[in-house]
Amino acid sequence: MRKIGVFVCHCGTNIAATVDVKAVAEALGHEPGVVVSCEYQYMCSESGQELIKDSIKKHGLTGVVICSCSPRMHENTFRKAAASAGLNPYLVEIANIREQCSWIHKDIASATEKAIILGKAAVAKIHLNTPLTAGESPVAKKALVIGGGIAGIQTALDIAEAGFEVDIVEKKPTIGGKMAQLDKTFPTLDCAACILTPKMVECAQNEKIHIYSYSEVTEVKGFVGSFNVTIKKKARFVDETKCTGCGLCTEKCPMKKVPNEFNMGFDNRSAVYIPFAQAVPKVAVIDPANCMMLKTGKCGVCSKVCTVGAIDYKQQDTYINETYGAIVVATGYDPIDLGKYDEFAYSQSPDVITSLELERLMNAAGPDGGTLLRPSDKKHPHTIVFVQCVGSRCDDSRGKPYCSKICCMYTAKHAMLIREKYPDTDVYVFYIDVRTPGKNFDEFYRRAVEQYNVHYIKGMVGKVEPKADGKLSVQASDLISREQLHIDADLVVLAAAIEPDKTARPLATMLTTQMDTNDFFTEAHPKLRPVESATAGIFLSGACQGPKDIPETVAQASAAASKAIGLLCKNSITCNPCVAHSDELMCNGCSSCEKVCPYGAITYINKEFTMPDRTVALRRVASVNPAVCQGCGACTVACPSGAMDLNGFSNSQIMAEVDAICK
Amino acid sequence: MDNKQKEQILRSSGVNVLKCMRCGKCTATCPNYEEMEYHPHEFVYMVEKGDLEKLMASQSIYRCLTCFACVERCPRGVEPAKLIEAVRLAAVHRQGENHIVPDDIPGMLDDDLPQQAIVSVFRKYTK
Repeated sequence: MRKIGVFVCHCGTNIAATVDVKAVAEALGHEPGVVVSCEYQYMCSESGQELIKDSIKKHGLTGVVICSCSPRMHENTFRKAAASAGLNPYLVEIANIREQCSWIHKDIASATEKAIILGKAAVAKIHLNTPLTAGESPVAKKALVIGGGIAGIQTALDIAEAGFEVDIVEKKPTIGGKMAQLDKTFPTLDCAACILTPKMVECAQNEKIHIYSYSEVTEVKGFVGSFNVTIKKKARFVDETKCTGCGLCTEKCPMKKVPNEFNMGFDNRSAVYIPFAQAVPKVAVIDPANCMMLKTGKCGVCSKVCTVGAIDYKQQDTYINETYGAIVVATGYDPIDLGKYDEFAYSQSPDVITSLELERLMNAAGPDGGTLLRPSDKKHPHTIVFVQCVGSRCDDSRGKPYCSKICCMYTAKHAMLIREKYPDTDVYVFYIDVRTPGKNFDEFYRRAVEQYNVHYIKGMVGKVEPKADGKLSVQASDLISREQLHIDADLVVLAAAIEPDKTARPLATMLTTQMDTNDFFTEAHPKLRPVESATAGIFLSGACQGPKDIPETVAQASAAASKAIGLLCKNSITCNPCVAHSDELMCNGCSSCEKVCPYGAITYINKEFTMPDRTVALRRVASVNPAVCQGCGACTVACPSGAMDLNGFSNSQIMAEVDAICK
Repeated sequence: MDNKQKEQILRSSGVNVLKCMRCGKCTATCPNYEEMEYHPHEFVYMVEKGDLEKLMASQSIYRCLTCFACVERCPRGVEPAKLIEAVRLAAVHRQGENHIVPDDIPGMLDDDLPQQAIVSVFRKYTK
């Protein structure tokens, strides 16, 4: 028989105001095995913990039940206290009489009754608790960053700075991400490329950083400290080690009519190309969908002009296997597809563009060398209408329910830059709300209104119609002057909502991390653990977790890096001992557990068993990798023969709790 | 504030006016804006406030073309046209006393008139 101590906490008035704690302590004192039962104002306080420790020593307790707040709050505190008094920490059970009792009930009598029952269940369970010892597993001293935008770059630089090796996997031929496409950045108006490209170069030159560009993660196995990752290096048909980035092949390539993704399709590139002048790595890549040589076998110009013989038409996709201790996800965002927004005529007129397209049109390295011209006739636009919240804050199937966060500020930036450069332009901004929380943000927006005379109109654009004369007829509401406005615009700019990159969802499945309904990665705690995912060893950086501007992205990137560094610093990590194990004699090899395990912790092995008749038989049985198992219990429920059991939450323990409650 | 009337309008239209975020896209999109005293977004707001007398007295409720452009484009799925329809019906019902007396029916009957039309007339124009 266990010698059990019961400790009932008042939690100030949090529990004591609704639950008669003295009555609970008294009632639980009569339970079998309970040798001491007391209450105290704050069990989690120093003196509360001393009370527990003293009781363990004085009464030689072999089990401790604490009736207090949720185990998520203080289970660790009490386990540590028990351990310091020489009791195995897994011989401590918590009965949650705060969140699940005092906070949700009003009637003292029934709340007290319920608290006693919860306490009895914990006592019943602890009779069956076994001492558990946490194991250890090693940590590979290397991190993987998935995504090479500003978030991934910053995270990689910070991890490398701490002395650890980092690999960046970027699916495009160059790192840089969306920021590389931007013109100026708010609220300081410094040039995006001028502050980004030095960081890109730093990544390339840092000995600790290896960039896998034009590559994708195809498989992730393993667990925190030891993730086994397969990276697919897509064939770029150019030998990275030989190419000098001279660009001769791109000049001579006869296939020059491929829409240039980097310039949002406003100009063309060749089939062999370098995405932009400051690309890192500055290595050409052949686009197999458009290369004549790869499609028809006739051409080969690039290979003839290449002075270093870097072109290799026979290159294949290659797969690399690496082990990492930590993984940082930095997959970023994309503007939504506006195909469903017919009312804004986005697919009907080339002069209706998205804000990201405007970034390229205004960029000095853009299709028109930084002169703002209409895409349709290359004339200066004189009336420009900006439409906010296109697809953001939508409750319908076309858009996204969230605020995209960055649009108010970049629109203020665009409006201001246009008015600065072309004072003869009329700029209208139709807004629902102007949201500018951030350092120097509202001042920035007010400058657009007060200093640059941008017309901010509270209202929305209902309809954009291309007219025969090339103008765009914009019908909009002005809610403050109670008017319906009709504006003949030359250019309409839509602030398209942003969404997580399409690769995020399959990646989340590979990493067994959670996502919300909008496919943003879910953080472990929205306030207190914002850069960690709920899966140990996976960290979140940048817009993959939610819409973010550059300063916030960089801050989160560094935060994710420091979390990853914290992990990589350790030689080994303590594993959770509450993991599943299978009773091999009961296991019938049905694979049910393997199928439901979300962490891939269960494998089947063929094992020799001595049968009752002393013959040896080879049987197929489940085997749990305790380092991978997260103790979710799915397998114990799925197992038809009852062979799977969870340490600390065994089937018999749970039944004992149920029996105690139903008694 | 006529709460009962408001509840009736909300129930018969199936519109949740609290979903409106006052963006004004309905009003921006309305093809008959100039003809209306109150515009779609104002309808939504006035029903929310329970300001029904002014609405029901206004000619705007008969000027709505029921083109459903506002319903189609509302980013919050508020469906202003359905609300206008409900206000219009409420006005018709109320002016209602009785617009039609059973005794007049025989004089109006003709062979082509479906019986269902008579039932419908009673529903619409009597209390």
